[in-house]
Amino acid sequence: MTLDAAWAVDWVRRSAATVAEHRDELVELDRQIGDGDHGENLDRGFRAVVAKLDGLDTPPASVGDVLRLVATTLMSTVGGAAGPLYGTAYLRASKSGTASELGPDGVVALLEAALDGIVTRGRAGAGEKTMVDAWTAAVAAAVDAADHGAPPSAVLAAAARGAHDGAESTVPLVATKGRASYLGERSAGHLDPGARSSELILLAAAQAAEAAD
Amino acid sequence: MTDRWAPVALVLVSHSRALAEGAVEVAAQMAPGVRLVAAGGTDDGGLGTSFDRVDAALRDATGDGRSVVVVADLGSAVLTAESVLELMDEDVAARVRLADAPFVEGAVAAAVTAHGKADLATVLDSAQAAAGTFGPARPLRDGSSAPVAASGPAGEAPAVTAPVTAPDGSVQATAVLRNPLGLHARPAALIVRMLAHLDAKVQVNGMNAASVLDLMKLGAVKGDVLTITAQGPQAAEAAARLVADVEAGFGEV
Repeated sequence: MTLDAAWAVDWVRRSAATVAEHRDELVELDRQIGDGDHGENLDRGFRAVVAKLDGLDTPPASVGDVLRLVATTLMSTVGGAAGPLYGTAYLRASKSGTASELGPDGVVALLEAALDGIVTRGRAGAGEKTMVDAWTAAVAAAVDAADHGAPPSAVLAAAARGAHDGAESTVPLVATKGRASYLGERSAGHLDPGARSSELILLAAAQAAEAAD
Repeated sequence: MTDRWAPVALVLVSHSRALAEGAVEVAAQMAPGVRLVAAGGTDDGGLGTSFDRVDAALRDATGDGRSVVVVADLGSAVLTAESVLELMDEDVAARVRLADAPFVEGAVAAAVTAHGKADLATVLDSAQAAAGTFGPARPLRDGSSAPVAASGPAGEAPAVTAPVTAPDGSVQATAVLRNPLGLHARPAALIVRMLAHLDAKVQVNGMNAASVLDLMKLGAVKGDVLTITAQGPQAAEAAARLVADVEAGFGEV
């Protein structure tokens, strides 16, 4: 079993749906330690992505083509730091997803490229209460699953579980990067909104892969 | 390349459209020969940064083969500018540098340096050096604490001297500041721009006269004696012109 452009399109549509569904939750999480616009911004961005997909005359040929469309659209429509951070993640992932179909190693490479993009753009490491915590745990779980011979859908399922654990791990942390760092010690006790949205998006990837199986 | 603009342009990226346009306005007054492009706010005019606006500003500013220094205000403005550069054609991106600089001070310093037709690296350095001008807080000026040369004693006409050449070849002169607002941004920029065309290293009260921010940092007020030291092939001309400009009140008095 491999994953192709149709999976990537389904991933994007499921991402848009879950972000819309959790819009208010993300707004509330961000209101506690940020400026409260994460849910609204991300929802607007993914709506624009879906509109672009709907307007295409011919379906995208590769996973990379889909992710590049997501990258450029998110960067243009999401105000705030999430735009360039997610945009860079999808852009780097698109460069590793140029093959027509992805096997387990291709999925791992795609997730690693996305994490690398977020780290490069955000200059944050693990443990700083950012989306990096979710992505780092997701990549580690994906690598482990692929090493044990899991198919792509199981690699993504592992990544989604890893992202959940990584997101939950941000709750006790004190933020040292991003807007939440302005709060210092008061940022502890809250789930990072970027880590939560990352978890939702990776779960959408796993669900799209499961549906493709 | 057109003659109208200096070879290095600036793109000012802010979360606020008004802030970006205001910074362009301030820098343009001090450096009218520099192409300055504002990229502030989101596409619909709200607070935030727009990939498309930054992209369009960079394409505009890099026109005619110009290089560009980008000065951005807060976190996501920097991230957006970096993202635009990552997607830009490599031959254009190679002519663009993102400054790690305070927004207004960096923009003004870079603009004045660019006005003297400085190259990309020099303009970038000028923007980034602006951060170094934030020294420890000092008390509000009370006539005794600020780091300027002593004014002439009260009631005594301060001395003005013609340029004198020292044995080491450096030229020294003094002049009395006449501007009611002191050596503020506009006259400081005029000094830097005038000196950019002369082959001389000039200091005013020990500060580098090629830096608009260093000159402003002097905090010189009306009546202060400025001690001018110049070195280099055109030291005498630089000192004489600077004395003349100071004595003329930079056209403000």
